[in-house]
Amino acid sequence: MSPLLLWMIAFVVVPTLIMFVYSFCQRDELGQVVFSFSLDSYKRVVDPTYLKIMSKSILYAAVTTFICLLAGYPVAYWVGRAPENARNKLLTLIMIPFWTSFLIRTYAWISILKSEGPLNAALLYVRVIAAPLEIMYTPTAVIIGLVYSYLPFMILPIYGSVEKLDNALIEAAFDLGAGPVRAFSNVIVPLTKPGIVAGVMLVFIPAIGMFAITDLMGGARVPMIGNVIQNQFGQARDWPFGAALGMTVLVLFAVSFWLSMKKEPDAS
Amino acid sequence: MSEQNGGQTMVELRKVTKEFQKFTAVSDVSLSIRSGEFITLLGPSGCGKTTLLRMISGFEFPTRGDILLAGQNVTSVPPYRRDVNQVFQSYALFPHLTVRENIGFGLKMKKVPKSEAEERIRGAIAMVSLEGFEERKPSQLSGGQRQRVALARAIVCRPKVLLLDEPLSALDAKLRHAMQVELKRLQQKLGITFIFVTHDQEEALTMSDRIAVINKGRIEQLGDASAIYHQPKTTFVANFIGQANILEATVQARLGRTAKVALKGGLELAVRADDLSDNASSVLISIRPEKILIRKARDASVENCFEAEVAEEIFRGATDQLLLRTASGLELTAVVANESSKRDAVHRGDHVYCHLHDDDVVIVQDG
Repeated sequence: MSPLLLWMIAFVVVPTLIMFVYSFCQRDELGQVVFSFSLDSYKRVVDPTYLKIMSKSILYAAVTTFICLLAGYPVAYWVGRAPENARNKLLTLIMIPFWTSFLIRTYAWISILKSEGPLNAALLYVRVIAAPLEIMYTPTAVIIGLVYSYLPFMILPIYGSVEKLDNALIEAAFDLGAGPVRAFSNVIVPLTKPGIVAGVMLVFIPAIGMFAITDLMGGARVPMIGNVIQNQFGQARDWPFGAALGMTVLVLFAVSFWLSMKKEPDAS
Repeated sequence: MSEQNGGQTMVELRKVTKEFQKFTAVSDVSLSIRSGEFITLLGPSGCGKTTLLRMISGFEFPTRGDILLAGQNVTSVPPYRRDVNQVFQSYALFPHLTVRENIGFGLKMKKVPKSEAEERIRGAIAMVSLEGFEERKPSQLSGGQRQRVALARAIVCRPKVLLLDEPLSALDAKLRHAMQVELKRLQQKLGITFIFVTHDQEEALTMSDRIAVINKGRIEQLGDASAIYHQPKTTFVANFIGQANILEATVQARLGRTAKVALKGGLELAVRADDLSDNASSVLISIRPEKILIRKARDASVENCFEAEVAEEIFRGATDQLLLRTASGLELTAVVANESSKRDAVHRGDHVYCHLHDDDVVIVQDG
């Protein structure tokens, strides 16, 4: 058996199977998992409350992905087209913030965005605003936090595609009469599509399940599916329901991933 | 392809210089290219020929100087607004598009009406004999087929000038020869001005109306193939195109269009003196190896004759390469046809008479 297969079984197949089994179990009054078959957890998943949270999570993840793509593509393109010896330095600069703890970075954003924070102070000082903006604990704060956390996962795969892009192809587009905009849409975008698809996947999927940022920056006002799931395994002590929610999200990912691959048979 | 510009200047470079941070790639180049001409920029890698081409296509802008296309100054016009198209060295076919889409790309960008575009794409595909390959992706084609797609993609746009950047260098020798002939035929049929960049002297000699030999960012010599080969102006040209014996000589006497020079060791030769400046005393001369006529007896009708011994003999198929050594120690390389008859062949150790017409001894500049 190959090491990769062992790795996959140990860290992917077995945990998923455990969740799969739990999602069909029940729990007793103390929160212990009782191994008796039941579809109750899945029935609760399709409750409008949770469907609403689920669709809101997807919406937030989609907005995050979209902003990451808009902000990340130019950076990835610029780094990928930079002179070869400068590329690694620029990539390192992008990664440096991620050498500090996730919590510290998130609290740093909180202190920047809060009413008495430096952002509001600066805007007040230059008289762009008359009263401090209430950014913290709003959807805006959640989106800022999500975009900040996931931006590198958009930049890196796109950078990989841009770096491989043969400059002669861009020149050929210019040569054949395509201005910058049409060279971009007709040649550069199609040829960097594998990177775009990978970046969208790497941002969109984890952004749906994110709970820490939504907790810290959204307060209790913006619960996401990630928060709900985390809560089932924590305070609510309802592992079967948490597992059922997790499995539902997993199946949604798998189906959408499969569909996106099917539409692009020669994405490579 | 209207011939409004027949015989007129199509591309004009005026004192074009291109400097990169640390070095000058192209230095003060002026060149007039006629409409319908097949001109080759020939030179070793790094000589600036590709930079020159890239300035005509618009991928580089000159540091100084002007570029005119059909009488219009296009010095700072971006490539997508120039009426020129390029065949790239790597072909640069769009890997995500089919052969048909690749060839149609330029027409789509220029918003040519669909029915006309289809007609022109069909014509271009027929011209490069790629019928039946329309729906293939570039990855499903051979090197020669890709080359033809690249050619079709450029000519379908009906450019004023077609730029070719070493387009044959990735092909094997046989295919390269076939493509040389095909390119020349295509150029004559279309009447488009071709500017062809290569480091391959044989390619240049085969196809070009004129050749510009480029060295260190300058045009070393401009002329037709025969002039470049027979009357090289510099040692660089003499050595880069074909083989040459370059020898030091001193001028002894002038007699109208000819002069007498003495080589090291005392051998005297009559040479053509068209390019000899009046006060020159010490000069360099170039002798093509195949111009040395090897006979077993003296022939008085040829201006120059000297005796030598065959020191080395190298079999090269159609020709034999001989190393000749005179009594005074002068060494010359000669190339002779590989004689079928044993009686005429010369061999190592033979004593022979070497004959040279005076116009085959060319005075060259050190370059």
